[in-house]
Amino acid sequence: MNSVQYILGIESTAHTFGCGIASSTGRILSNVKSEYVPASGGIHPREASQHHASKAATTVSEALKEAGLRLSEITAVAFSAGPGLGPCLRTGATVARTISLLRKCPLVPVNHCIAHIEIGRLATGEDDPLVVYVSGGNTIISAYSGGKYRVFGETLDIALGNCLDTFARHLGLPHPGVPKLEQLADEGRKFIPLPYVVKGQDVSYSGLLTMASRLAGGCDRRDLSLSLLEVAYGMVAEVAERAIAHTEKSALLLTGGVARSKRLQRALSFVCSDHSARFHVVPPDLAGDNGGMIAWTGYLALKEGMTVPVEYSYVNPNWRLDEVDVPWRR
Amino acid sequence: MAEMRLLKKGAEAELYLTDWMGLQAVLKRRIKKGYRNPDLDSYVRGSRTSNEAKLLSEARRLGVPTPVVYSVDKRNCEILMSYIGAPPLKQFVGDMDPEGLALTFTRVGEMVGRLHKGGIVHGDLTTSNIIPYSGLLYLIDFGLGEHTSDVESRGVDIHLMRRALESSHHEVSSAAYLSFIEGYRRIMGTLSEPVLKRVDAIRRRGRYVDVERRKGA
Repeated sequence: MNSVQYILGIESTAHTFGCGIASSTGRILSNVKSEYVPASGGIHPREASQHHASKAATTVSEALKEAGLRLSEITAVAFSAGPGLGPCLRTGATVARTISLLRKCPLVPVNHCIAHIEIGRLATGEDDPLVVYVSGGNTIISAYSGGKYRVFGETLDIALGNCLDTFARHLGLPHPGVPKLEQLADEGRKFIPLPYVVKGQDVSYSGLLTMASRLAGGCDRRDLSLSLLEVAYGMVAEVAERAIAHTEKSALLLTGGVARSKRLQRALSFVCSDHSARFHVVPPDLAGDNGGMIAWTGYLALKEGMTVPVEYSYVNPNWRLDEVDVPWRR
Repeated sequence: MAEMRLLKKGAEAELYLTDWMGLQAVLKRRIKKGYRNPDLDSYVRGSRTSNEAKLLSEARRLGVPTPVVYSVDKRNCEILMSYIGAPPLKQFVGDMDPEGLALTFTRVGEMVGRLHKGGIVHGDLTTSNIIPYSGLLYLIDFGLGEHTSDVESRGVDIHLMRRALESSHHEVSSAAYLSFIEGYRRIMGTLSEPVLKRVDAIRRRGRYVDVERRKGA
C-alpha cells in the first residue's frame, strides 16, 4: 500500500494561474504556471480571470503530466481562497471545485499569504522565522505566536511591489519592470531625497510613488531608480529590524515575488547580521505566486481536517493572514 | 568622558548607561545602518535625533512623564538623558489581573490624550515604549513623533497602539484597548470622537479587512 498523499493546488489570486502538486513527504512534484500580462497598464481583474479560465485545463494537465500522476491519484485539491481579486479567485475556485466533485476528493481552502510563508519554511527548513513577505499585492512583517501568524507591520496603503511596478511603467520599462528598475538603479550615482515614511511598525508607499513619478521628467532616471529602491527597501528593512528586535526571533525569512530582488536581499542580510539572526530567502522559482505553495499548505491544512464542502467553498477577497488558525504550527 | 556601559542594543539605537554631573544618565546613540544609502541614513538619523530631543521636553511640559534631556549631539546622533531604571510595560502585561490591566491602560490612554491635546503625536506607541517607574508611566522613543493636531495623524497613532496590542498581547488586547479608549476620552473629551471614528476608518482602509470590520462593527 502506498501511504504517500498527493495534493493538487490551484493558485489564481492575481496575474498568475498556477497548478502545483505537493506530496505529503514535502516535495513539490510539479509547479506549472501561466501569467496574464496586460497589454498596457496594470492588472484588469476581468481580463485576468478570462485568461485564467482559458489556461486552466492545460495548466492542470501539464502539472499532472510533469508530476507523472493521474487525476485519480490525487488525494485532495487545495485552492487559494483569498486574499486577491474576486473574479480571479472565483475562477480558480471553480476549477478546484470541479476537480473535487469529479474525483470525490476533499476540497481545502488556503490563505494565499500563509502559503507564501509555508512554502518558505518548507524550502529553507527554518521552523520559526520572522517573515518578511513582499509582493505586488502584499507587504507584511509577520511571525507565528499563539496559534496564528501575527502581523507586526504592514503597508498602510499600497504594496511594495505595486509601488515599484507602477513606477517602472511610469518610466516606460517593459514587463516585468522590477528587474529592469534594479538594473537602472545599479548605474545610479546620486541620491535624490524622497519621502521615507515609517509609522510605528508600518510603512507607506503611496507618497513615495507620487513624488518619484513627479520627479521622473526632470531627473536622471538611474539616480531616481536608485533613490526609489533605497528608500522603499530601507523602509522594509527598518521595520523588519524593529520586528526582529521586538520578537527576538533567531531567523528571518524573505518570501513573495519581490524576494527575488538582490538589493532587498542585501539590505535584509545586513539586518540579520546586526542581530545575529539567520537569513533565508525563498528560492526564486517559489518566490512568485505558484500552485505548489497552495498544494503544500493545503496538505498541512488537510492533516488538521480543514476541508470545506463544495457548497460552502466561498472565496474571500479580503481574507487577512492574521485571521487564520494554523494548528499545524502548535 | 564618563564611563559608559552598554545597556541595550535596540533596533535603531544603542543605549549606554553613563553619568552626567553625578547623575545616572542614558546616552542614546542612533547607529549607522549598513542597509541604507549613506545620504538617506544620515538624514533619517539626524532628523529623528533632533525631533526626539524636542518632543521629549515638550511632552513633559504637557504633563507626560519622559526622561529629562541633558544634551543633544546632532552630528553624532546622540541624546543624553536621565535614566529610567525599570523594564518596559510589555513585560508586565501578561501577569496583570483584569483590574490592574484596566487601570494601567486607562492611564496610558490619558497620557496619549494629554499628548494629542497638546499637539503632539508619538508615532510609535507600543508597550515597549512605556516604562512603569516610581508610580508613573514614562513614555520614551519619540523619534517618529510629530507636531500635529490632524485627526488623521492622531488616528494613525491610536491605530498603531491597537495593532501593537493585537500582535504582542493578543490574549488581552480587546480589554486593554477598551480601557485605553476610556482614558483617552477622559482627557480629549469631544475631541476624541472624530479621532476614534478615524481609527476605525484607518483600520477599514487597511488591506484585506473582512466585511464585518468594513461595516464598522
